[in-house]
Amino acid sequence: MNFIRKWAHAFCAAASLSTSVAYAQIPPIKIGLPVPLTGPYGAEAKDQVKNAELAVKEFNDAGGLNGRKAELLVRDDKLNPGEAATRALELIEKDKANFIVGGLSAATQLAINNVTKQRKVIYISISQSDVINESSDFSRYTFHEALNPHMTTQAVGHYAFKKGMRVAFLTADYAYGQEMTRGFTRVAKEMGADVVGELKHPLGSSDYSTFLPRLQALKPDILVFNNFGRDNQVSIKQATDFGMKKSMKFVTPIMTYTSRLAAGPHVYEGVVGGTSYFWSIEDKTASARIFNDQYKASNDGVYPSDYGSMAYSAVKSLLAAVKTAGTADTEKVVDALASLKYDTYKGQQYYRACDHQSLQSVLIIESNSKEARNPADVFKVLQVVPGSEKLLRGCSELGFK
Amino acid sequence: MDGITAQLLGLQIFTGLALGAIYVLLAVGLSLIFGMLTVVNFAHGAFFMVGAYAGYSLYQIFPNFWICLIGVPVITGAIGLLVERFLVRPLYGRGIDYPLLLTFGLAYVMVELVRMGYGKQGLPFDTPEALQDSVDVFVGQFPAYRIFVIVVTAVILVGLWFFIEKTSFGLIIRAGARDPSIVRILGIDITKVWLIVFGLGTGIAGLAGVLSAPLQGITPEMGGSVLIISFVVTVVGGMGSLVGAVIAGLLVGVVESLAVLFFPEGAKVSMFVIMALVLLVKPQGLFGRSGLMS
Amino acid sequence: MNTQTKTLFTPRLAAPMQWIQSHRVFASILLLAVFPWLTPNQSVAINVLIYGLYALGFNLLFGYMGMLSFGHAAFFGIGAYTTGILIAQYHLQWWIAIPSAMALSSAVALVMGLLAIRTRGIYFAMVTLALSQCVYFLVYQFPVSGGENGLRGVNVPEVVLPGLTLDLLNPTVKYYFFLVFVALALWAVSRILASPFGGVVEAVRENEARTRACGFDVERTKLLTFVLSGAFCGLAGALNAIHLSSVPIETLHYETSGLVVMICLLGGMGSFLGPFVGAALFLMIQDVFSIWTEHWQLYVGIVFIIFVLFFPKGVWGTVLEKLNVH
Repeated sequence: MNFIRKWAHAFCAAASLSTSVAYAQIPPIKIGLPVPLTGPYGAEAKDQVKNAELAVKEFNDAGGLNGRKAELLVRDDKLNPGEAATRALELIEKDKANFIVGGLSAATQLAINNVTKQRKVIYISISQSDVINESSDFSRYTFHEALNPHMTTQAVGHYAFKKGMRVAFLTADYAYGQEMTRGFTRVAKEMGADVVGELKHPLGSSDYSTFLPRLQALKPDILVFNNFGRDNQVSIKQATDFGMKKSMKFVTPIMTYTSRLAAGPHVYEGVVGGTSYFWSIEDKTASARIFNDQYKASNDGVYPSDYGSMAYSAVKSLLAAVKTAGTADTEKVVDALASLKYDTYKGQQYYRACDHQSLQSVLIIESNSKEARNPADVFKVLQVVPGSEKLLRGCSELGFK
Repeated sequence: MDGITAQLLGLQIFTGLALGAIYVLLAVGLSLIFGMLTVVNFAHGAFFMVGAYAGYSLYQIFPNFWICLIGVPVITGAIGLLVERFLVRPLYGRGIDYPLLLTFGLAYVMVELVRMGYGKQGLPFDTPEALQDSVDVFVGQFPAYRIFVIVVTAVILVGLWFFIEKTSFGLIIRAGARDPSIVRILGIDITKVWLIVFGLGTGIAGLAGVLSAPLQGITPEMGGSVLIISFVVTVVGGMGSLVGAVIAGLLVGVVESLAVLFFPEGAKVSMFVIMALVLLVKPQGLFGRSGLMS
Repeated sequence: MNTQTKTLFTPRLAAPMQWIQSHRVFASILLLAVFPWLTPNQSVAINVLIYGLYALGFNLLFGYMGMLSFGHAAFFGIGAYTTGILIAQYHLQWWIAIPSAMALSSAVALVMGLLAIRTRGIYFAMVTLALSQCVYFLVYQFPVSGGENGLRGVNVPEVVLPGLTLDLLNPTVKYYFFLVFVALALWAVSRILASPFGGVVEAVRENEARTRACGFDVERTKLLTFVLSGAFCGLAGALNAIHLSSVPIETLHYETSGLVVMICLLGGMGSFLGPFVGAALFLMIQDVFSIWTEHWQLYVGIVFIIFVLFFPKGVWGTVLEKLNVH
């Protein structure tokens, strides 16, 4: 399937090089997907591609929009915001994409959004950022399917913090880390827990031995790792090596499937974190079971991952809005999407009016190696925090009137 | 600043030494290659990364860390020999830019091949059992594995010093760095010397990679960030000077660790500030020889 | 690759080649004018224009002066950020923002140059690298730059000229608007190189000691070249900010410095159109390969290696050589 797709892309690229003859039929609905296929998040990006392809396939198999099919245009943004902006420009200007879904870092999604909103193209972002909800970056055409740091911290913090607990942060010194700290500090105050200290580390550090003794000296009950991806893996690994799990609980706002696989069971054992999705909720959620089965059927029995499934949900809900609107016309689809109530894979979701943030559940998970039912059973779902506006920042706080 | 005690400072310096040890190994390899061959090896970080992955694979076959430590430099050294013989050698005499561009392309190739072979997201690498504890180093508890890294680096440096200063092959290397044409006239095949030096440099880089694997796990991108550090350290110490590489490596490691303590945002830029300051005062680096690559 | 000694004997060239030789600015502009119709899409064409200009500025120092700098991202980035901040934060017009960007990047080049000129060779390269990383760090810390989220909101949807409104959301219009700047820059560089100053620049590259012995102020020449180089790179950065409507922090990172070095080496330095050829090659190879396969880095790396082994003077340099030019 991959092979065919590769040659289809090559063929399309070659075909577009020559002056194209007008189509005899209506062109397909084109969804651009710029994701970082190369770079540190290549695995997540590849997952997102497979999930998006599934959503498109389901739409087409169900007849499309009165026979009009959807088409996915996958592009590599190399995790570089400049590249991402260029890919977005390319998709809109050359490929005539109707919609754009993608972006796997805060910087790339903001860069893409800047391009799409100027040209009045719908953009659904599928990775974490608090900034994209704020009024300065928002536009009518901007939608955020993924969780944002604030929601994540409210959910995880409510679960983990108890009155009187001592909480310490190890924060990556960039927007993501700072946003997480801000959110967690707010929850700690609410729950009556004490924030005893925060240490910031440079993004991309490979050595945390300078921070760990000081964190240990603070004697926290909970150590929160406000970082992501490799930073998360390495810092938790080194803290484990330092023996710190014996005296405190490790918490991290987002624990990804790929990180857990990359670092291994020993490192993540006992760590509690948040996530947007884990396949085992199919036990209680019907749409999850349907989604898992469909995904496994087209992917050799592999379960869908957290970041991947966001791409599925974004594309599926987008196409549902297209169907509801009865057209691919942007303005009508925006209205349809803004008022859509959808349940694509994990329960009810809808976009809040002021900032187009998708309200959704947050899962609290713990890394689990002893009770694993099968090799994919790496997490145990401790709690499903239902989606609600209480998890979000207020519209006025974000700068909306 | 609360929490900063003399004890913490001492521990931080130790951490800086352990960090610096890896930097030293990388800089030594790069300095050898540059000092002898005047080749700017942009693939040095890639060799570091390949070393870590080679260690991983070796470990799957022989679950013994010591075997990995010996096997990895051999593997990366061998790859280095092939690279020198077939890719770098045709470019001698053309100027510094060619091997630079070539090794740049080579790094792309190596990283992508590793990604294709081992997957994109990285692999775990646990610290060997025997070295998992912490050791009392007078200022506090310090992880045993990091002490081990410092010790191995010291052993390698002593061995290298012995090799270069006391053996006849080392004599040829030193002579070749001074004046390659005279060495040729004396009837020695300088190209063979260059071949071995390149292999030696990449072998040490691979060793650095497998040594740092238990500290941070392994990913295909781990070579990128370490490449720039290697260059900075090599230049600060002075191209072609091994003593310089050692001192500069430890200096950069310690300063970075202390910066993290006092001024974390500036930790990453601290080594560049050092480099700028050193080069402005001593334009050839701390121990560099003038006339080399002017 | 950078020591291209001019031969005293210039072989007889075919008439069209001779015309192109003596009207190289005009020929280059002509080629660039039709370029968008030769590329798969306009955005890549605009990127080629911008990075070609960036490489042109860099080439002034690298190809013609013979000094390898690894810190030129500082000028490209300062140009971009200045334009971005003036347009996005202060809502100033493009015709204030762009010249200001060039002025500021020239100023930064002056400071960096004063510090770096005393070193040479690989050490010069490393000092420039260190200094540009300091610039990266400083800008990153400044809240107005947006940190690693980048600076968004550099929106210039249209350019209002007396009697004409250009819609910059149209990629073709945007290309030709940028081409005006690039054409002016090409002309300026050509004038500089043809002037007595240009002669001194190349003399310094060929034999610094002898040039100094002839009584020329070598340090001043180097510094002035550095500043001019910074100005052109700043212009490229300014255009980049308007093109993407945002300025990513990566613009100041050493990878952007490394990129321009690769482009010049690939295309061939010491030649006028070489930087643009290099930019076109580099960007289009990456573009085409990354649509074709996710493993494009492998193929790009292989292509590089092949180019280095078989095209010693860069692609354009080799082409020129084959056509017996210079």
